[in-house]
Amino acid sequence: MLALVAEFSRWIIPALLLIIPLVAWVKRVKVYETFVAGAEEGFTTAIKIIPYLAAMLIAISVFRASGAMDLLVGAAAPLTRLLGIPGEVLPLAMMRPLSGSGALGLSTELIKTHGPDSFIGRLASTMQGSSDTTFYVLTLYFGSVGIKKYRYSLYTGLLADITSFLASVYIVIKIFG
Amino acid sequence: MVNLVWLGLIVVGVVVAAFTGNIEGVTKAAFEGAELAVQVAFKLIAVLTFWLGMMKLAEAGGLIKLLAALFRPFLRFLFPSIPKDHPAMGAIVMNLSANVLGLGNAATPMGLIAMQEMQKLNRGKPDTASDAMCTFLALNTSCLTLIPTTILAIRIKFGSQDPTEIVGTTIFATACGMVVAVFADRLLRVWYRRRGL
Repeated sequence: MLALVAEFSRWIIPALLLIIPLVAWVKRVKVYETFVAGAEEGFTTAIKIIPYLAAMLIAISVFRASGAMDLLVGAAAPLTRLLGIPGEVLPLAMMRPLSGSGALGLSTELIKTHGPDSFIGRLASTMQGSSDTTFYVLTLYFGSVGIKKYRYSLYTGLLADITSFLASVYIVIKIFG
Repeated sequence: MVNLVWLGLIVVGVVVAAFTGNIEGVTKAAFEGAELAVQVAFKLIAVLTFWLGMMKLAEAGGLIKLLAALFRPFLRFLFPSIPKDHPAMGAIVMNLSANVLGLGNAATPMGLIAMQEMQKLNRGKPDTASDAMCTFLALNTSCLTLIPTTILAIRIKFGSQDPTEIVGTTIFATACGMVVAVFADRLLRVWYRRRGL
């Protein structure tokens, strides 16, 4: 099953690259001109998101560099210990929604130190793979169309992150614990 | 909410840094953050140019509409506010499939196209997220994936005996996150509407 999905992923982009222009050509679309017209928007969209991304990444970067994360981890540790969550993965849990590169660095470090097949290694792998960088996704997607008021999106995103984290701990203990 | 979170991150960051004697770190970090934003945007130019061009072709060729029609029942349930066969539906399907298959650099451009299409349908203020956008991002932040490619590569690098053993646990955890996100989105939508927000 997994090999099949991997094989499919390998072929999907070349297949799209062949099918999309061919179908358009059959439908008498001016393929070259249409592609260029769409591609033109790529540049403007990318430039448009810079202010949004800069605002968010500056705040997250300052927060990370200050060491405030360690204080938060220290404060949350007694609670998570009660739930049977190993303290080693707490920084990763808190970093996951904030910074993609930061979380990847932390999970790589955990896998390296404890070994990929250790309990911590498996838990860190599951946590890293089961969630996305909520703040980045919201900033990027909303920023690209000029949305500044997110309404309840941040709550939904963070609730999903907490759920994925607790579900990771539960399932890794259940399967490998 | 975003204003408070943003301010909170900065204020807590600066104050903690002042107490721990790491105040130079703040200056450096602030500029690094801005630089990272520009780097990310520049990297996106390439994938966005490619995929937005392809998507325009797919739309002109009628493929996006076809895709939207195929997934109609599922999409009608999640996005009742988007008219059937609207291009937004096709872009949403493309984005979600790219996410599931772990094609990160295709997922983002398709997601941004979906946002543009949803913005055209946004009947509220143009700077305020619509219901459909909130649902779409709830799905995206919980990111359902079949193969977590990056983490598999790291596990192989550090000599795992069975790198793929975490695929099952990952799918379980991400599915839990997604289910909660979809339900929370529904509840919050109703709640916000009642309060007129």
